[in-house]
Amino acid sequence: MQKKVAITGMGIISSIGLSVEENFQSLISKKSGISNLENIQTRHASEIKVGEIKITNQELQQLLNLPEENTFTRTGLLGAYAAKKSVESAGITNINELRTGLISSTSVAGMDFTEKHYKKYEEHPEYQKYIQSHDAGDSSNKIAHYLGLKGFVTTISTACSSAANAIMLGASMIENGYLDRVIVGGTDALSKFTINGFKTLMILSDTYNTPFDNDRKGLNLGEAAAYLVLESDEVIKKSNKKVLAYVTGYGNANDAFHQTASSENGEGAYLAMKQAFEKASILPDQIDYINVHGTATPNNDLSEGRAMSRIFNKVPKFSSTKAFTGHTLAAAAAIEAVYSVLALQNNTIFPNLNFKTPMEELNIVPETEVVQTEINHVLSNSFGFGGNCSTLIFSKS
Amino acid sequence: MKNCYINGIGNVSIQSVDFDLFKSEAAGIQILNKAQQPSYKDLIAPAMSRRMAKGVKMGIYAANNALFNAKMVDPQAVIVGTGLGCIEDSEKFLDAIIENDEQFLTPTAFIQSTHNTVAAQIALHLQCKAYNFTYVNGANSFESALFDAFMQLKHFNKENILIGGVDEIAPYTFSMYEMIGKVKQSGEEVNFKNPQTKGIALAEGATFFALSNNKTNNSYAEVLDVMLFNAFKDDETTEINTFLNKNNLSVTDLDVVFFGVNADAHQQEFYNRINTVFNEIPQGYYQHISGSYDTASAFGLKVAAEIIQKQALPKSVQYNNIEPTKIEKVLMINQFNNTDFSFVLLQSC
Amino acid sequence: MDALKQELKERIINALNLEDISIDDIQDNDPLFGDGLGLDSIDALELIVLLDKEYGIKLADPKQGKEIFQSVETMAQFVAANRTK
Repeated sequence: MQKKVAITGMGIISSIGLSVEENFQSLISKKSGISNLENIQTRHASEIKVGEIKITNQELQQLLNLPEENTFTRTGLLGAYAAKKSVESAGITNINELRTGLISSTSVAGMDFTEKHYKKYEEHPEYQKYIQSHDAGDSSNKIAHYLGLKGFVTTISTACSSAANAIMLGASMIENGYLDRVIVGGTDALSKFTINGFKTLMILSDTYNTPFDNDRKGLNLGEAAAYLVLESDEVIKKSNKKVLAYVTGYGNANDAFHQTASSENGEGAYLAMKQAFEKASILPDQIDYINVHGTATPNNDLSEGRAMSRIFNKVPKFSSTKAFTGHTLAAAAAIEAVYSVLALQNNTIFPNLNFKTPMEELNIVPETEVVQTEINHVLSNSFGFGGNCSTLIFSKS
Repeated sequence: MKNCYINGIGNVSIQSVDFDLFKSEAAGIQILNKAQQPSYKDLIAPAMSRRMAKGVKMGIYAANNALFNAKMVDPQAVIVGTGLGCIEDSEKFLDAIIENDEQFLTPTAFIQSTHNTVAAQIALHLQCKAYNFTYVNGANSFESALFDAFMQLKHFNKENILIGGVDEIAPYTFSMYEMIGKVKQSGEEVNFKNPQTKGIALAEGATFFALSNNKTNNSYAEVLDVMLFNAFKDDETTEINTFLNKNNLSVTDLDVVFFGVNADAHQQEFYNRINTVFNEIPQGYYQHISGSYDTASAFGLKVAAEIIQKQALPKSVQYNNIEPTKIEKVLMINQFNNTDFSFVLLQSC
Repeated sequence: MDALKQELKERIINALNLEDISIDDIQDNDPLFGDGLGLDSIDALELIVLLDKEYGIKLADPKQGKEIFQSVETMAQFVAANRTK
């Protein structure tokens, strides 16, 4: 008998808030976190907008009470902050008391520091301590160490769907009895590397991103970290802990179409959603809200919109929250999982900001205002380069 | 409960393309060891290969051979572990950012630099729309992929899964490793049995496996259990015994134990400590053949699977002088710098 | 114009790493995408950078490339008319 997967804690840091509550307040008061870039030196600063967290690395280190001699990069700092909050919110005091794991995800990893010191390491031995911090796994090990966690630790990197897969793996491990509880999520800092990378693909907007709008010009990059604590229902029975929501469905497929672009009909997205419905044993029309991937690139929104039109008889209410946060890459699915749980808890759909004109090709329009409505099941999509498509379904406790 | 069999293996390593553990003499290890690249022409169309990183080509080649070896055509998952992904392209893109002051940058290197590019290109190559994951957790990146596949085969409705580990060497990364002593300094001896100096002998490669819950004539071994963790909760001996007991085994039931020893005197201390647990068990090692890199343990699994299938432990991979009488139960232990630990338990089939 | 076309062919081969193709294999009016050389959307982005780097022409929208990159002929005409270096 598979165990049920309960969400008992959440922690988040994004450009719209340093806590779950702050993020919620921003979402319902339509307060976007998109701004001009401040913390990174790049010649493209004036051509782009970003979802930047206006806290320096030094301030983060202080918030975390780290010793002076630490080797955390920004990705690790954001991750440790959000992971710690999630553990506190789940009321965990002894982290190793049960079989507890950490499944993190990142695409940037320590690149934000590597790019600063690259080619200067030889002249500056004082920077060399950061060389090992470049590895993706290093950030997860640091987060685990910061939490005092000893156990299953791994890291997933499937581009912009990474955190969805971390949640999926965590849920599978709980269901099948490999862990009693697991901290799952993702973290990515802004970096010059990704700014330039997305620039070469010509999918960065020079203004505020407009998901699912006919005249959308591309995405805004963002930075964030979020983690959820998942626990098996067996463990919960013993602790009488409050359950925030359940992870009930998930699906993972590959579009196998192109290195970066999504297929015209959104085959990968369609397959991921289909699997998620099967896993959750619900029908598509039981979904009350979709937190779409909705990056606001011409390609993503069309492909995702087509996939939704294919799988739903009538597409449910949906919105992209990327106009609030920017596209936070590996962390995107984690912060959107937090927003999905908030939608369930508050029976609230968050607005898709900046939307004006429906897409020519499709007959669907996102919600542009805060909507109060009964919500029992939320579907969240996340897609990445390399055709990685993931869908999660969260259900009311 | 369904089983997890290793039915096919494909590999690119620093050894020659036709290297055979039971027949060939392995080329000696240097401080920097580049993989012997096979010809990719028959496998990858020039229009595709022109933009492919070395890691992608090695991955596709090894994946294809693993599937061919197992006569598997439609894996229901592609799961890859890699420490750094296509790090050479990450370097190229960073170099270009610095040299051209963020101008005239082209997308190809950036696209390849995303960690999931190998798994993605395999999916594209095989036109495989199934489950697709990439793990990036240092020295147990590959074991993460193996664990996921193991769980998928046991509990999900999947019969066939393709997994692998791949990593490549890049020039500046190597020189950074020299600066921090992660690799051996020029002139230092590479000694796996009695290392005197710190640092590893860096290498690269790709090793892929076709896993299935169906046993075939080509099955090498069965994966009994996989465990990965960042740190020992209890003392090392207790945790090893707990892992074995969970599988109804004790240390004396083991026929061979493989260590991921990597010629680093500092890291040798861990293996010396656990050696006391296994001092009466035949021991094996493999990084003197593969060289050391984050996913070298995938090569280790290939060696272990092959010795189980052949029921022979060649002298060249014996770490102590104890000969096995049979090879039924094999335990593999790996780590890097006292973290990214993994246990993999295999049995003959 | 012929010199420019030759130059473009050489630069396309280099930029796109078309190892098996020589200048003589590309006819002026051969389609670069689809059935011709078989280039794709990533190549289009590479060619946009080539225009910027070698000829000082900046394209803001990748869609513009569709017309310009039909063939070496159309590319040469566009470059001749718009080059700033």
